[in-house]
Amino acid sequence: MAKKKEMDTRFGKFGTVSFTAITKVNDFIDYLEQGKVMATRCMDCGLTFFPPRADCYHCLASNMEWIEVSGTGKLVTYSKLEYAPIGFGDDLPYAIALLDYGEYKVFGRIAGDLPEEDIKVGMDMKTVPNTLPNGQINYVFEKA
Amino acid sequence: MGKVGIIGVGQSAFVRGYPGSIRELVFEGFTEAMKDAGISVKDIDASIVCSAPEYDKQRSPAGVFAEYLGLTPQPTFYLESLCSSSSTGLKTAYALVKSGLHDMVAVIGFQKMSEISSAESQERMGRGGDIQWESPFGTMMPAYYAMYARAHMEKYGTTPEDLASIRVKASTYGQINEKAVYRKPVALEQFSDPESPMSGPVASPLRVGDCCANADGSSCVIVANEEKTKAFSKKPVWVLGIGAASTAVNLAGRDLFTGLTVAEQAGEQAYKMAGITPKDIDVAEVHDCFTIAEMMAYENLGFAKPGEGKDLIRGKETYKEGSIPINVDGGLLSKGHPIGATGGSQLRTIVLQLRGEAGDMQVKDPEIGLVHNIGGVGLYGNVTILGR
Repeated sequence: MAKKKEMDTRFGKFGTVSFTAITKVNDFIDYLEQGKVMATRCMDCGLTFFPPRADCYHCLASNMEWIEVSGTGKLVTYSKLEYAPIGFGDDLPYAIALLDYGEYKVFGRIAGDLPEEDIKVGMDMKTVPNTLPNGQINYVFEKA
Repeated sequence: MGKVGIIGVGQSAFVRGYPGSIRELVFEGFTEAMKDAGISVKDIDASIVCSAPEYDKQRSPAGVFAEYLGLTPQPTFYLESLCSSSSTGLKTAYALVKSGLHDMVAVIGFQKMSEISSAESQERMGRGGDIQWESPFGTMMPAYYAMYARAHMEKYGTTPEDLASIRVKASTYGQINEKAVYRKPVALEQFSDPESPMSGPVASPLRVGDCCANADGSSCVIVANEEKTKAFSKKPVWVLGIGAASTAVNLAGRDLFTGLTVAEQAGEQAYKMAGITPKDIDVAEVHDCFTIAEMMAYENLGFAKPGEGKDLIRGKETYKEGSIPINVDGGLLSKGHPIGATGGSQLRTIVLQLRGEAGDMQVKDPEIGLVHNIGGVGLYGNVTILGR
């Protein structure tokens, strides 16, 4: 009898609460655990994608390679939350934000230890992996 | 092909904790529209039910409503585009009537949000974003719109007081709209008074007063071909233009954060189809789920240049007596925002305005009106232009 195939649910570790456990870009989690935040790039047309995706709509192909989100991005905008959706209350207060790397943008959270008075739209920030108090992992933006 | 008209409009009162089931809620908006049109259920060829399904326990509500409203055996189906579901319903009804497939279609919008808690509701609404890559960070609608507010303030010098002024305007009309959930006056000072709930922080820079309230409600718009519109309606209102657009769900896939591209694109399409410009609009309903959303709508629809929306509200130009009256029924900020019912309520307001039947909220003799209805955080944009 064939062995029952195990599902690869690595993505369930992403963020305070993950709403998706199964995806073809599960390797993102392994890279995150190794200290790297990765994007994908289509090997046929060179389009870079963040968030990473398995498929290229331009080429209608799935020939992707992983590339590292490196260097710094500029803070486009952010918001500090004083009220959270269910499941996120223990993280309060926290700020969600968007960084512009030029070729792509990254949506995420600003590092919890950065006071709001130090956050300025347009500032240079870097994206770094982060372990959450509940053992889950994500990435956060730190002052560059 | 002839013109397409709206012959009946209705809505329930928008309330917190509707004391009945969803079919009973829907009956209220439907009945008002049927009486308004002066028709019977046999006159309706098809119905479209519009809502956001994550609030419903009932799977596929369309069939349940068709039975309850006496709309069987005519065809019915369900349709959603988040908060703009009933505008998408109007667009679909337009196509069904314009094609000749049906003569008369009822667009029924509803939402009973009180079936779940406010925190659960925020979580579900947040899932209108990218659940794989955004929601795990703890996103919610006010925070997404707050990011647009921050960008608008940084680029154009828009102030928290400008945004609060939009809420003050909304309350001016919410007080006289018997269908609105929030009917108290709101003063600018409340935003700086720590004792006032209006000043409470939600997601910086937005405060409680910048946000609309969840509500339960239903709406109904009855769409008909030219012949039936002329036969049933003493004051016909015609659909002159329709536009709709979409964009990236994840904010990382977007380039504009001081406005909504979907609103710009939907507006351009609707103006072109109607053969008019923003200057021709006499009264408008815009999707003010948050104060910043109304500010961006001023600019995205061409009522003000980018960055100059604040001048409209500072000069009270969007009040009833101003050059472009906007949301003079209290908007979502005062009426409440029962997702699937909202677009139908906006359309109802404009139809009543064009007929001269808006009572204390009536704008002086409008000929052309506009509805701007957004789904998600600028994910779906819908603009509808109506005229006499």
